[in-house]
Amino acid sequence: MNDYYIAILQGAVLTVGVSLLALLVSIVLGLLGAGAKLSGHPTLVGLATAYTTVVRGIPDLVVMLLVFYGGTIGLNHLLEAMGSHATVDINPFLAGVLTIGFIYGAYMTETFRGAILAIPKGQMEAAWAFGMGRTQAFLRITAPQMVRYALPGFTNNWLVLIKATALVSLIGLKEMTYLAKQASAATRSPFAFFLFTAALFLVYTTVSLYALRKLNDRYSLGSKRVQL
Amino acid sequence: MNWAIIFETKNLILFGNGIVTTLGLLFSSLAIGAVLALIFALLLTGPSALLRWIVGAYTYIIRGTPLLIQIYLIYYGLGQLEWIQARWDTVWPWTHFKEPFFCALLAFSLNTAGYTAEMLAGAIRETNPGEIEAAQAFGMNRTQIMLRIVLPSAMRRTLPAYSNEVVMMLQSTSLASAVPSMIDITAAAGRIYSDYYLPFEAYMAAAAIYLVATFCLIGVFRLLENHFLAYLAPRTH
Repeated sequence: MNDYYIAILQGAVLTVGVSLLALLVSIVLGLLGAGAKLSGHPTLVGLATAYTTVVRGIPDLVVMLLVFYGGTIGLNHLLEAMGSHATVDINPFLAGVLTIGFIYGAYMTETFRGAILAIPKGQMEAAWAFGMGRTQAFLRITAPQMVRYALPGFTNNWLVLIKATALVSLIGLKEMTYLAKQASAATRSPFAFFLFTAALFLVYTTVSLYALRKLNDRYSLGSKRVQL
Repeated sequence: MNWAIIFETKNLILFGNGIVTTLGLLFSSLAIGAVLALIFALLLTGPSALLRWIVGAYTYIIRGTPLLIQIYLIYYGLGQLEWIQARWDTVWPWTHFKEPFFCALLAFSLNTAGYTAEMLAGAIRETNPGEIEAAQAFGMNRTQIMLRIVLPSAMRRTLPAYSNEVVMMLQSTSLASAVPSMIDITAAAGRIYSDYYLPFEAYMAAAAIYLVATFCLIGVFRLLENHFLAYLAPRTH
């Protein structure tokens, strides 16, 4: 009985791994998407808008199944067309990281776009007046201030992302939800195992919330607070 | 690519049934969830510290754990408890715990109630103090102020956030496919995948249906917002 709890704890490590890597992918996509939406270039704006609209209109689970099952067959057809007889299987860990990253990249795009727009225009003009280039102005002026405005939305996205990692169990990644289900089937006592997994998720979200609140305090230093 | 199979009558009926199940789950869980959310929101903003704490803990747990685990807990977990096992053959309402639809509905309703309660409680707390003072000056008591002043305005102001919640709920219903023998849109696609080995076409069709449903819901909420929030719009003339 105890072995199952230890296995679920080990699965928790995988959950943390999937969520952190997916977060990384989503931040990169979010920055690219926000950049594209704010570029003013019609093609880029259109592409980014299509990305955020379509992804946010389809359930995470369907996107995941589409990438995992559809992607495997697509890749194998492609290999066959190129004359190779090898078959590939998509690794559920990679599929999970990439799809969750891809989905939450769309949410991050909106969060980052809002944060960049919230920075006063004069800041950018001042940076240009100092002769900074695009990259310099982004790294020195936009990025540090953006964090302040993006943190509340980012916190929400991160909490939803953590909970979305439970879905990866449905494409066969042996993270804690998957192991809890397996343990339930083997011991016929599902209640305790699912409760344990739920508690682990709650610990993860609580710790994240605490850490991000500290970070938020750090980044709000120097901003005026109005007391009603 | 083999799209013709998706459009065979048999499979169209399968998707049709899936749409009926998905929408049935969505609207019934939203209705039950809304009633619970209203009660919870009143408790969250109410005078009893104990009730505030209990409901606060409930929404914290619901919002901090994945919906999939909540579904598993209700569908697989509760069935294991002897107390329920002793009752679910004969005693109503426990007989329902054998039905997958009921279990999914219960999980979705409790979940959306947790999120909606926090939104509504937030809107109630943000009610303009002047409105409440005016009501008190008119000699209304607490219940009257709630029913006549605070709730009508708070429910309207929750509308934009609630439309997000409804769209999220539509997408969450795809998790019903994780419960065996539930045929919602996602499970219908899963069945076509396993029958014909056409995952790409099947899940693309499901994605298209969800996308259309999402746009319809967003459109309906835009109309509702135009109607109910017109008084908050910036002046144009």
